[in-house]
Amino acid sequence: MISMEHLIIGVLLAFLVVITIGIIVLRDLMAAVILTGLYSLVAAGAFVVMDAVDVAFTEAAVGSGISTILFLGAVSFTRAEQKPRGNDSWLAIVFVIATGALLIYGTLDMPRYGSAESPAQTHPQLGKRFLEQSADEVGPPNIVTSVLASYRGYDTLGETVVVFAAGIAVMSLLGLKRRRPEEEIPEHAPEDQPPELEQDTDRLT
Amino acid sequence: MKIYPRQHHRVLQVITRLMVPFVLMFGLYVQFHGDYGPGGGFQAGVIFASAFILYGLIFGLHRTRKVLPPSTLRWLVSFGVLLYAGTGLLTMLLGGNLLDYDVLASNPLSGQHWGIFAVELGVGITVTSVMISLFYGFASKR
Repeated sequence: MISMEHLIIGVLLAFLVVITIGIIVLRDLMAAVILTGLYSLVAAGAFVVMDAVDVAFTEAAVGSGISTILFLGAVSFTRAEQKPRGNDSWLAIVFVIATGALLIYGTLDMPRYGSAESPAQTHPQLGKRFLEQSADEVGPPNIVTSVLASYRGYDTLGETVVVFAAGIAVMSLLGLKRRRPEEEIPEHAPEDQPPELEQDTDRLT
Repeated sequence: MKIYPRQHHRVLQVITRLMVPFVLMFGLYVQFHGDYGPGGGFQAGVIFASAFILYGLIFGLHRTRKVLPPSTLRWLVSFGVLLYAGTGLLTMLLGGNLLDYDVLASNPLSGQHWGIFAVELGVGITVTSVMISLFYGFASKR
């Protein structure tokens, strides 16, 4: 007997597969970027059904929000259409299939979804302990926050430093200042110039 | 990314003007309500940044940079990490372990409360400013 929850998750995961095939097949990079945003949104939906609300929140905000915009920015540096591919080599396909099979084989070791016998549930120092004692030890009703900011505050510090390092790297690569003084564009100029519109249609605006 | 204001984006401009304050408000809610509901510094930072990015996409980079200059952003990026690490150092100075918030106040629970507040605020500030500077970085080319 399949529960409603499993059914919904199955449908959402099937959507993910369809979207992935769409991303691979599409030559229009713009559409592919939009599909990656959609992918994150559907994944976030699946996380909500699995009761991982905080993860879903992050996935929706970062995956379908910010990274879509950054991808669009990256596409605007190049062309909106993928170059025609040459003949795909058989060797590459064999390697991809072998890697995929290995990854799937790796997941066979993992506990079943929702299993009560998974190590996270049965280990005396994990899930149950946090659920029972975090209110007395840390306080916040949202135990995810307790774990994230207090029990494993050191890891979160590391994550913040990673975000910081990524920001510094992008700043030093791209810079924050405009190269050309485009500030000259008058803010209230009557910009009713249709030719400019035509010319820009395949670029990002 | 080529971004500059255009007259025929009037509808988008009006909608953006309406939406930005609510997005900012929601970001603050996610930031400071993370103890009680889903959310926290990471999510709040991204939501807060997305308000600026939306504004930048519609009204142009120039006006966004007037609101939040890159020089300020550069300070904020480091300030968040420093706030986080500084909280850790403070707990050590007060005699606890690194990031052991119990010692921050007279009673361990309110110490934890203050510690988590400071740390999440640090995460939020860094994530917001990094996301906005990523946007500035991409948008200022071309």
